[in-house]
Amino acid sequence: MSLISIFFILFFYFSVLVFITGLSYKVVQYWNTPVPLKIPIAPAPLTKSGVFLRLTKEVFLFETLFKSSKWTWLFGWSFHLALVLLFFRHLVYFWPGETPSILLYTEPLKYAAYPLIFGLIGLLGRRIFVDRVRYISAPSDYLMLLLIILIGASGMLMTFANYYVDLGLVYNFAEGLITFNWSELPKEVIFLAHIFPVFFLIAIFPISKLLHGPGIFFAPTLNQVDDARKKRHTSNWAMQKEKNTKIDLEHNQDKGN
Amino acid sequence: MSTNSIEKLPTYLAIPPLKKDSMVGNGPFKANIEIQKDLGFPGEKVDNWQQVAINKIAETKSKYRSVQVFLDSCMKCGVCTDKCHYYLGTADPKNMPVARQDLFRSVYRRHFTFAGKYFPKLVGAKDFDEDMLDDWYNYFHQCSQCRRCAVFCPIGIDTAEISMAAREIMNVIGVGQKYPNQILGKINKIGNNLGMPEPALRDTLADLEEEIEEETGASVKLPLDIKNSEVLMVTPSADFFAEPHIDGLIGYAKVFHQSGVSWTLSSYASEAANFGMFIGNYDVMRQGALRIRKAALDLNVKRVVVGECGHAWRVAYSFWNTLTGLGGGGSDEYSLKLQNQLDSNYPQPQHMIEFTYDLIQRDKLSFDKSKNDHRVVTFHDSCNVARGSNMGDIENGQFILPREVIKAACNNFADMHKSTIKSTTFCCGGGGGLLTDDLIDLRIKGAKPRMHALKQSEQDNGVNTLAAICAICKSQFSKVLPNYDFDPYMIVSVHQLVSDAIILTKDSET
Repeated sequence: MSLISIFFILFFYFSVLVFITGLSYKVVQYWNTPVPLKIPIAPAPLTKSGVFLRLTKEVFLFETLFKSSKWTWLFGWSFHLALVLLFFRHLVYFWPGETPSILLYTEPLKYAAYPLIFGLIGLLGRRIFVDRVRYISAPSDYLMLLLIILIGASGMLMTFANYYVDLGLVYNFAEGLITFNWSELPKEVIFLAHIFPVFFLIAIFPISKLLHGPGIFFAPTLNQVDDARKKRHTSNWAMQKEKNTKIDLEHNQDKGN
Repeated sequence: MSTNSIEKLPTYLAIPPLKKDSMVGNGPFKANIEIQKDLGFPGEKVDNWQQVAINKIAETKSKYRSVQVFLDSCMKCGVCTDKCHYYLGTADPKNMPVARQDLFRSVYRRHFTFAGKYFPKLVGAKDFDEDMLDDWYNYFHQCSQCRRCAVFCPIGIDTAEISMAAREIMNVIGVGQKYPNQILGKINKIGNNLGMPEPALRDTLADLEEEIEEETGASVKLPLDIKNSEVLMVTPSADFFAEPHIDGLIGYAKVFHQSGVSWTLSSYASEAANFGMFIGNYDVMRQGALRIRKAALDLNVKRVVVGECGHAWRVAYSFWNTLTGLGGGGSDEYSLKLQNQLDSNYPQPQHMIEFTYDLIQRDKLSFDKSKNDHRVVTFHDSCNVARGSNMGDIENGQFILPREVIKAACNNFADMHKSTIKSTTFCCGGGGGLLTDDLIDLRIKGAKPRMHALKQSEQDNGVNTLAAICAICKSQFSKVLPNYDFDPYMIVSVHQLVSDAIILTKDSET
């Protein structure tokens, strides 16, 4: 086995390990951190099903983003949607054993690469040309966009242009990662440039702003039911204060009758 | 200074290009030793402030999920950047919500995250040094915690949570703001923000009763500390002395008079406002709420009604049940005691607007709407009511009920532009503990988006009256309206409109 294959195999497992442990750590941390007060933001749903609907619309349609900025919505939503479609498109490479026929129908999903690149270029353009967005951008914000553009562009070149990569090797390599039956990867630079940033982004997911993925589900502003008057909302540390309080009734106030 | 000149409002309020450091400065007056000590904070900036602050950040993010999640999650999409009235009014980039949060986030990243510890430049992580603290003090006191940005954030990040946490952290290292902290000292000692003791309050109310009787011939009462009343009325203390607030108080009294429901104010809990929220301190906020619980229990009332005050209503509606058990569904000692005593046929607490609206729905009030015919009224949704509460337990009730009450009392009503009302209402510019003269420049600039929408309404619909249900909004507008070439007296309480049109029964009942 070549060194470069060993490197990428190790890099893959390292990334997945960091991703799983890091993300679990963050999710457990969010889960365990108390929410002392009711802070839903308007328009706040009054029922649990309302909250479910709200989060569903946010996650699948980016409803608030649409209200906030049409261009950012167009770029952001098409990018994220394309990302999901392309994820499904890539399952075929990793599926161990015989490929289920459903995955064979994912072939046309490769065209999602176009909206992906369109969205990313748009988001990058915003970052560069809108003075307000430029002001709030750190180098890592540009870098992440550039890395995903690199992933998309290299993928497109392999799919739609004449940058030949032996697909048989790709299948074996990817499947081998899942089944621990490792094999050589194709050594074309274009392929390495495709998978390196993927593995890298998987690794930094739990330590970067990519945490907005799990974060949205934990935002009390979005996931709380607006029913504070009807149901007493409590948290451990806040209730502890109640246990320590005794109000001395009827002391300073006997003026009425 | 722009304070005395009249701002020319453009026909279209464009998003301003960045003007870096246009609002750089020392921030509002700092609290002195006595004020800080009263609240249990260090009197002066502690020597090892940086370490204390870092420890406090760790504590805060472990106690508030909002803070932890919001610090991690921002993807810097930038759609909030043009949503803050202070940014629109000042063009200082640090008044963009995400940039304001980033003052906090950059410190969090530097001290608590892998990337920030090892690659600070790459991810914009910064040390918590003196310059950063100066920026914190200055810019976290240029946020009115109105939460307009949170309405637009695709992942629900609420800058108010960050700004409250930042102020709490600054208080803990001994760097507090004079205005809210001084006021909190007064409420803890005397029971209201003014420091108005019981005899003064009693005199004021007696004077008002006389005044109303002279004017209307009806003996409308403003009872104080009457045990076993049906309703305990808790209202911002500005209602007792300030214009135009006091006319709202008269309005409540007239509504109670007509309803036949017995009511009382409390001298012990003569304040609905709760500045503990502004400084992000749970304990201080809870102390204020506990005074009201005690008053409700002592006076043995059946209902608690809250007057026209924005953040007070957010605290009452969203937090009181948590802070004190005043509401439904709790199973601890005080919750049960209150549920036993308070009338479960009504929501507890209830807003005065809900009380009046309910009477209107049941045809218990009659109005001579022509009394308000000289007015063309528009309604300013106060931020804390609009974005942090509800009324009537129906979706968007907090927008519907006040408008229905106004329309019941007035013939001429017209809303301002839809992007500036309801959940996306613009702050008056004076909320969140900024209603102080040392911040007047900021207050005038921050009012600009609201003033612009009002100007449009004046031109399009002839609006000449601005109604609000928040003591801070009313004070702020009285002050800044002239700067935008408006009549300062055009701002009124919603219950002043009710008061002017309501038809009173002359034979008073007890």
